[in-house]
Amino acid sequence: MLVRRDLRLALRRPGEWLQPLVFFLVVTTLFPLATNPELSRLRDMAPAALWVAALLSSLLALELLFREDGQDGTLEQLAVSGLPLSWLLLAKTCVHWLLTGLPLVLVAPLAATALGAPYASIPSVLAVLLLGSVALSLIGAVGAGLTLGLRRGGVLLALLVLPLAVPVLIFGARATALAIALEPMAAPMYLLAAIAVLSATLAPLAAAAAVRISLE
Amino acid sequence: MNWVWFHKLGSPPHFYRLAGKMLPWFAWPAALLCVGGLYGGLVLAPADYQQGDGFRILYVHAPAAWLSVMIYSAMAVYAAVGLIWRINVAHALAASCAAIGASFTFVALVTGSLWGRPMWGTYWEWDPRLTSELVLLFLYLGYMGLRSAIDDTARADRASAVLAIVGAVNVPIIHYSVTWWNSLHQAPSVMKFGKPTMPASMLVPLLMMLLGFTLYFAAIMLVRARGEVLRRERAAHWIAAAAEET
Amino acid sequence: MMHWLSMGGYWPYLWPSYLLTLLVVVLNIYFARRSLREARAEVRRRLQMQQRSDA
Repeated sequence: MLVRRDLRLALRRPGEWLQPLVFFLVVTTLFPLATNPELSRLRDMAPAALWVAALLSSLLALELLFREDGQDGTLEQLAVSGLPLSWLLLAKTCVHWLLTGLPLVLVAPLAATALGAPYASIPSVLAVLLLGSVALSLIGAVGAGLTLGLRRGGVLLALLVLPLAVPVLIFGARATALAIALEPMAAPMYLLAAIAVLSATLAPLAAAAAVRISLE
Repeated sequence: MNWVWFHKLGSPPHFYRLAGKMLPWFAWPAALLCVGGLYGGLVLAPADYQQGDGFRILYVHAPAAWLSVMIYSAMAVYAAVGLIWRINVAHALAASCAAIGASFTFVALVTGSLWGRPMWGTYWEWDPRLTSELVLLFLYLGYMGLRSAIDDTARADRASAVLAIVGAVNVPIIHYSVTWWNSLHQAPSVMKFGKPTMPASMLVPLLMMLLGFTLYFAAIMLVRARGEVLRRERAAHWIAAAAEET
Repeated sequence: MMHWLSMGGYWPYLWPSYLLTLLVVVLNIYFARRSLREARAEVRRRLQMQQRSDA
C-alpha cells in the first residue's frame, strides 16, 4: 500500500525524478569532452566514468527519498504506526530505486556504448550496475535518514555516503572493466552481490534508527 | 560481575571526578614512555639493513596509524553503549574521540607519505594502507560534520552514534576492498620491513611508543570528556562546583 | 651530532614527520584543555542567567 502511494505521488511530478537520470547522462558526456574522444581510449575509462556518474547521480536522487515525507509528517506517522519502520523504509527505498536507480541502469547501455563498450558486454554491464545501484540506494538511505531536515544536508549527505560506498565502487568498477574487456567477472560480482545482500538486511535497520532520531 | 561499578561510571559527577583523578596516571606514564621510546628509536636502535635511518619514521607513523584505527573503534563502542543504554557519559566519551582521531589519521597519512617518498620515489602511491587511512579520515570528517550540523546535543549524539556504528561495520569491508583493489594493480607496498625478524632494539622502542601514545590518547580523551559531560548536564547541582575550578 | 641529525640522508623526510607529530600532540593538548575551560565558562554563564531569572 505504501508502495502504491509513493509511486502515485512520485508520478505526479515526474520532472524531479528525471533529473538524476539526466545528470547521469550529462556526467558521462563530460568524460569524453574532458579527454580524448577516441573510442579505444574511452573504453579504458568507461568503467570509472560510468561508476562515478552513477555514484554522483544517486547522491542527487537521495535528496528525494525522505524529503517530502519528512516535511509533511508522513514519516512520523510511519514511525508511530506500529509496523516495523525498517520494513516500511525498505519499501520506500525500493520505490525510490525503481524511480531513480532502475532508469539509470536502463539508460546505462547507451552511455556505455557511447564510451566504447562492445555490444556483447552490455548485458553484463547492466547486471553489475543493477546490483551496484541497489546497494547504493540502500546505503544512501542511511545517510538520508541521518541528515533529514538539516540545512545544507545535501553536501553533508555526500560526505557521509561516499566513504561508505567505496567498496561498491571498487567491486562494481572492476566488474564493469572485466565485462567491457569481455573477460569473466565472477569474483567481483560475487563480492558486489554480497555487499548488496548485506546492505539489504542491515541498511534498513540503520536507516530506521536514523529516521527515528531525526524525527524527535 | 560488579554492575555497580559500571553504573557509577555512568553517573556524570562521579565520572567527572574520576576522570580528573585518573588523568595524571595516564599523562605521566605516557610522557615517560614516549621520551624513552624516542630515545630508543632515534638513538639506540641500529639502522635498518634495507632502509637505513629512514625506517625511524616508523616510530611516529605506526603510533599515529594505530591511534587512528583504535580511536575510531573506541568511538564506535562508546557510541553504541550510549545509544543502547542511553548513557550520556558514553556519548560524551565518543564526542571526545573524534578530533584527536582525525588529527592522528592526518599524521599517519603525512608521515606515511613522507616515509614512502624516499622508498617509492613519489609522495603518494595509492597503496592499500594509506588509501584506507584516507577513507578513514573521510569517515572521521563525516562524523564531525554531522555532529556540528545538528544543533540539539541529544540528537547530535544519537545520530552520530548511528553513523559511528555504521562506519565501524564498514571499515573492515572498506579495508578489504581497498586491499583487493590494490592487489590487482600490483602497486608497490613498502610498509612491512623485516617484520618476522625485527630485533628487540628496534621493537622495544616501537612498543613503548605505541603504549605511550595510547595512554596519551586516554589522557586527552578524559580532559575533553570532562568538558563534554559538563555541557550535557542541565539543572544539576554538582556542575556549579565543577565550573568554579580553574 | 650532525651525523645523527642527517639520519643517513633521510632527514628531510624524518624530521618533518617528527615535528608534525609533535605539533599535533601539542595542539591536541591545547585544544582539549581549552574545550574543558570553555565548557566550565559556559556552565558558569548558564547558572548565572538562571539565578538572575529566579531572583
